[in-house]
Amino acid sequence: MSNKVEKDRMGMIIREEDAPEKMEVELTEVKAPGDDDSPVLIYYNWCKKCGICVAFCPTGCLGRRSDGSPYVQAPEKCIHCETCDRLCPDFAITGAKDR
Amino acid sequence: MANIPQRIIHEYLRHDKKFPHVWCAGCSNGIVLGAIIRAIASMDLDRDDIVMVSGIGCSSRMPVYVDFNTLHSLHGRAIAFATGIKMHKPKLKVIVITGDGDCTAIGGNHLIHAARRNIDLKVILINNNIYGMTGGQCSPTTPHDAIATTAPYGNIEPDFNVCNLAMGAGASFVARTTAFHVLELQGMIKDAMEHPGFSLIEVISACPVIFGRLNKKGGAPQMMKDFRDNSVPLAAVAKLPPEKVEGKIVRGILRREIRPEYCAEYAALSKRVQAMGGE
Repeated sequence: MSNKVEKDRMGMIIREEDAPEKMEVELTEVKAPGDDDSPVLIYYNWCKKCGICVAFCPTGCLGRRSDGSPYVQAPEKCIHCETCDRLCPDFAITGAKDR
Repeated sequence: MANIPQRIIHEYLRHDKKFPHVWCAGCSNGIVLGAIIRAIASMDLDRDDIVMVSGIGCSSRMPVYVDFNTLHSLHGRAIAFATGIKMHKPKLKVIVITGDGDCTAIGGNHLIHAARRNIDLKVILINNNIYGMTGGQCSPTTPHDAIATTAPYGNIEPDFNVCNLAMGAGASFVARTTAFHVLELQGMIKDAMEHPGFSLIEVISACPVIFGRLNKKGGAPQMMKDFRDNSVPLAAVAKLPPEKVEGKIVRGILRREIRPEYCAEYAALSKRVQAMGGE
């Protein structure tokens, strides 16, 4: 990857640190930067953006970004029902109270 | 494990090696895996006492991700391998993860004979109605008129009712649920683990990328909503008029009875023959 900008299937620019050969399987980013006291933790490294957690969140706590990934749009609405926990196929989200 | 909080689910996963897993976005296999792990975690079993066996297919990748004793075997032969393990060490809890093509097409014979013998295996059959891994060929459970890559104008074959097949062959615990009803599935897995005898749980699951796309099912969340809306619990079937039940998925424990278990019978036979003076 020299000076050429590479794009993925969705047309998003692949940054050099995100190139597949440099990708780590280990989790590094646990939650979105900035929400330390968020009721829901989302592990973006494991998320595949299927949208199930957002579709079945009973209170509308979760929202969907334009790229399909979930984010906590209304932290005060979370009731810790753990529906997202159970329905996530990728183990990439938890709304559990004690963690 | 980097700076992730310790959750019960991560104790049972090979999280530092194999994740994120290979399944497509929205595939129900991950949901079923989560349900299995939660059920086992709630039962206080030792991890070394559990064996997870699988054949070949999307769902059969599951043993790769869990930290039990695992065996990834040949296509359709998961139940045959599991029978060997169970006969050698009857104290182990043997869970067989299999798909609809793996279990009802190439491995159909193993399924019916294991059910007939009533050997203590816990078969979790993840039925996504298609051969997902190989590109969408139609499987024995592809519904009539559904599209598959080998049936581009609609499938002309009637589909298998796996639970009826297992009950006909003599399985002593048979249950059906969908991937949306995770808590129900969790309870069924727990019941099956405690049941002495052959247990089959059919989990109707979503394959949004192959089956969903070919049949215009509208993505993973929509397929999950369809499971929620198009299924009726077994207890409600008798109360509802027949037209409301027709074409819907009946979920619940369809059969649960105690019959002599194969390994126990074998041990009793061995004892009897030894008492007669045999070797």
